This record gives sequence, C-alpha cells and structure tokens, in this order.
Amino acid sequence: MKSLAYAASDTTVLAKRSLLRIRRQPDLLVGFTIQPVMFVLLFVYVFGGAIETPGLDYVDFLMPGIIVQSMVFGGFVTALGLAEDLKKGLIDRFRSLPMWGPAVLTGRILADVGTNVIQLVVMLTVGILVGFRFATGIPEIVAGVALLLLIGYAFSWVFAFIGLTASSPEASNAYGFTILFPVTFVSSAFVPPETMPDWLRPVAEHNPFTTMVDAERALFLGTPAGNDVWGAVAWCFAIIAVFGALSVWRYRRAVTR
Amino acid sequence: MAGGDVAIEARSLRKSYGDVHALRGVDLDVPSGTVFGLLGPNGAGKTTAVRILTTLIEPDDGSARVAGFDVVGEPAQLRERIGLAGQYAAVDENLSGFENLELVGRLYHLGRQPSRARARELLHDFGLEDAAERLVRTYSGGMRRRLDLAAALVARPPILFLDEPTTGLDLRSRIALWEAIEALVGQGTTVLLTTQYLDEADRLADRIAVIDHGMVIAEGSPEELKGQVGGERLEIRLADGGSRDLAIGALRPISEDEPACENGLLRVPLLTMRGAIADAVRRLDEAGVGIDDIAVRRPTLDDVFLKLTGHAAEPEAEEEPEEAARR
Repeated sequence: MKSLAYAASDTTVLAKRSLLRIRRQPDLLVGFTIQPVMFVLLFVYVFGGAIETPGLDYVDFLMPGIIVQSMVFGGFVTALGLAEDLKKGLIDRFRSLPMWGPAVLTGRILADVGTNVIQLVVMLTVGILVGFRFATGIPEIVAGVALLLLIGYAFSWVFAFIGLTASSPEASNAYGFTILFPVTFVSSAFVPPETMPDWLRPVAEHNPFTTMVDAERALFLGTPAGNDVWGAVAWCFAIIAVFGALSVWRYRRAVTR
Repeated sequence: MAGGDVAIEARSLRKSYGDVHALRGVDLDVPSGTVFGLLGPNGAGKTTAVRILTTLIEPDDGSARVAGFDVVGEPAQLRERIGLAGQYAAVDENLSGFENLELVGRLYHLGRQPSRARARELLHDFGLEDAAERLVRTYSGGMRRRLDLAAALVARPPILFLDEPTTGLDLRSRIALWEAIEALVGQGTTVLLTTQYLDEADRLADRIAVIDHGMVIAEGSPEELKGQVGGERLEIRLADGGSRDLAIGALRPISEDEPACENGLLRVPLLTMRGAIADAVRRLDEAGVGIDDIAVRRPTLDDVFLKLTGHAAEPEAEEEPEEAARR
C-alpha cells in the first residue's frame, strides 16, 4: 500500500518536473504544436488538391491521420528528456534514491499525456478552421479522443525505450524520426493505400498505424469500422506491454555513459 | 552483522565489461565517521566501485555491505542511508536550485513542506541563497557542484559517496567544496571519496587506498603514503659552472635527507616548506653558487604511482615497458 502511494507520488513529482521544463524551454512546444499545424496546412492546401479520396473531402480524410501522427510523435520529449538525464548523470542520482524507480519513466509519460491534450486541442481547432467536420455523435467522438490519448501513451513507451537506448540526445531524436516517420507515411494517413504500388500496398494495409488511423476515421467520420477500433486498442496494449517491459529493463541497468 | 562500526565493507569485488576488467578483486573497509579516499587515475576502477556500492550496478563477483545492508540483496534499505554526488553534477538545468533540492526531497519521501524547508536550509548552508530561484543552467561550474553536493545531503544520509567531487573545478571552487565536505565530516558523516588528486585525498581523507587497473595497490593514512613517496622538495637548476658540492653543502641544513643532484638538477627534500625558497636562495648566494631556476615541488599522484607501480598515472604510460625498466 505504501509502495503504491510512493509510485503515485513519485510519478506526479517527476511529471511536474517534465512540465516545468516545457514551460522553461517553450521552444519545445514548436515541435508538437506548430510543426503538426504546418503539416495540416501543407497537406490541405499544397498536396491535397492532387490526392483523390473517394467519398471524403481531403481535409476530412487527412485530419484523423495527421492527428494520430502528432500523437505518435508527442512522446519525443520523453526520449529527449531521458537521453539528457542519462548524459547529465541524473539517472545515476535517481537510481541511488529510495524512490520507485519506474517513476522516472511514468512521470515523463504522464507529462506527455498532458502535452498530448494540448496538442489535440490545437490540432482539432486548426482542423475545424480549415474545414474538418465530425460526422458522428458525441459518444464516438469521446471514444475517438480517448483512443488518441491511448495511442500517444503507447508511443511514449516506445520513445522511452529509444531515449534509454540511444547514445545521445541527438541520436535519440534521429532514431525516433527515422524509424517512425516512414512507418507513419506508409499507411492510410495521408493517401489511400489503394493508390500505392502493388508491392507497397500490403505493407501499408498491415501497418498498425493504418489500423489506428482507420479506427479514428470510423469514430470521427462514421466510415466502416470493421475490426479497426478493437485492433487499434489491441495494438496499443501490445506496444505498452512490450516497450514498457523493455524500458523498465533498460532503466534498471542504465548508468551515465 | 553489527553495522555500528563499519560503514562500508567490500570483499573481492569484481566487475568486467567484456574484456575490460574494471575491478579485479577489491577489498575495502571504511569505519563509521571517517573519510576514505579512493585515489587513482582515470580508468582505474574508482567510478565502478562507487557504482557498485551505491547499487547502480551489480558486481560480477564478491560482496559489499553499506550501512550493514547488502548492495545486491537489500538495495532499497541501503539507498535510504546514502547520498551520491559526482563528477557529472547531476542536477536539472531547467529547474531552479530550490526546485532541484525540493525534487530530491520529494523523491526521498520527506513530504512537501519538509522538502521545501530542507531545500532552503541547504541553499543557505552552501551559499546559494541568492541563486535559489535562478535556473541551474545559469550557474557556474562551482555552483553546480555545490548544488549537487547539497542534493546528496537532502535526507541527511549517514554515508556519502563523492565521485571526483572537484574534477574540472578551478582552485577557488575546489577549496570552497573542500570546506563544505570538511564541515560535513565534522558532523559525523562517513565519506567515501574518489579523486585523481593527491592533495585532495591528503586534505580530506583519514585513509587512502590507491587503486590502479582495478586493484588496490597501497593503503594507508596520507602520512604513510606520502612517507613512501617523500614530501615537498626543492628543485634547483644550477647555473653553468655552479658547484654541485658547494650547493649540496649549503643546503644540507634545510634538507630532510641528503640532497641529490642529477644532470645539474638538484633535489632537496624539505624539512619545512615555510620560507624554503628564500632561505635556499640566501644560502646559495652566500656560498657563491649561481642558479637558473628554483621551485618547490609537491608530491603528486604521479609520484605516488611512479613509486608504487613504476609507471606514471596516465593510462597511456602503461604501454611503455622501458618506463618501468628504467626505474
């Protein structure tokens, strides 16, 4: 019971630390607000006209995809932060304290959930301004928002593992983007997979990211859901289980390099 | 195991990273309330020893107890009784000094108000009151180290580990940090300190273990170790034509031992440092011996290493067999 209370209090104390950092270095906000907004504008106004999305306006097709992508990348602050803590010796200090160890990870990830909420508000506002409209009822929209936060949470664990594994903060950034960027683009997020070459289409169709985007489209636009919503939830839990275990395992062995 | 008298004890600690043998069987005994210096060059295994004793890594072999708790079996209890400060100055640059200390207090589960009160107290003790609300990224190197040391003291741990606390600091900051450490020791804290500097170990430690290539190669009080190496000495370069014998005769009264001369460089082991240069210059002048240069040399880690191992403290030097052969 006491240890559960410690886990909760250590997590909140460290989440507060992460959020303070964003307040102190507001340029970090550029990464997860301005950048996704630029993408929205770029795709809607520059590429959008050239992309056929049968049955849907391109802006409606795009927004669920681009919001899922921004949720996925929201966790990069965790990778960066953990890599910096490792480099600066803070991980050594934390590990020498009688605290609940995984709080170093859960604290950051809790802070990510907070920043993901901000990001979501910004993205939906911009989306509505450029013409995006929900086509479903409140329960579906609420479920869609919940799923987005779950996706963000799951990928924060991926970034936690990257941050603890990369050799430097710069490398953690590079890993995160070079691995996850292609994964998010070879999917249904920006263009219908049917338009891709034969060899690439199956990759896009089986990409878990496609499942997540299609689930959001179903929840926000009422497109046929199939198994996508449950599939997306299952993928999230699988990612959390695997990367959660890997990250905690890395953390327990992490020392300043 | 009676934890009362022995604060830290290690038996045959071994740790390898692949082919690199960081520790090759290290024994340590640190009585409570004393300062123990682990002296050695870069790569000697000092940091590895500290990391094992602070539960950051597990030894491959051997055992260790800190405050009576086993480093492998009882890490949680052990961590409540130690503080760690190190060469990395592990403080968060994006928090203020106060926030850093409050954070550490919270993670020791001291509670919000006690954490804040303790943070204020430590900032005062370490002369950081004026910088309390400033972000640490604006701090100087010396201020960061002091804050790092303060962070290690938040929970008033009876045992403190300091991994190269002054490496990279200027002399003024080093002295300020030494004074802070001495004040702590005055309050009965047991300290295990690693350092590359003989003067630091000399000033702070009751006992010193010299570590090289993962092994303790000598142990004793600073006096005992310096006795092996010799104390301060004068080094005098005689001018051309200056008589060696006259110089040796003139300096014999201030020399602890017979002055030695080699290639025109005269080495005089000093009885006392005070006024030594002026005294020597006057005596040589009276004897009519001209000199080009005169300086006081203090024994350094290099001297200890040359004496104990026959090789210099720099890790590269071990690759030079003729260095060992010449001694």
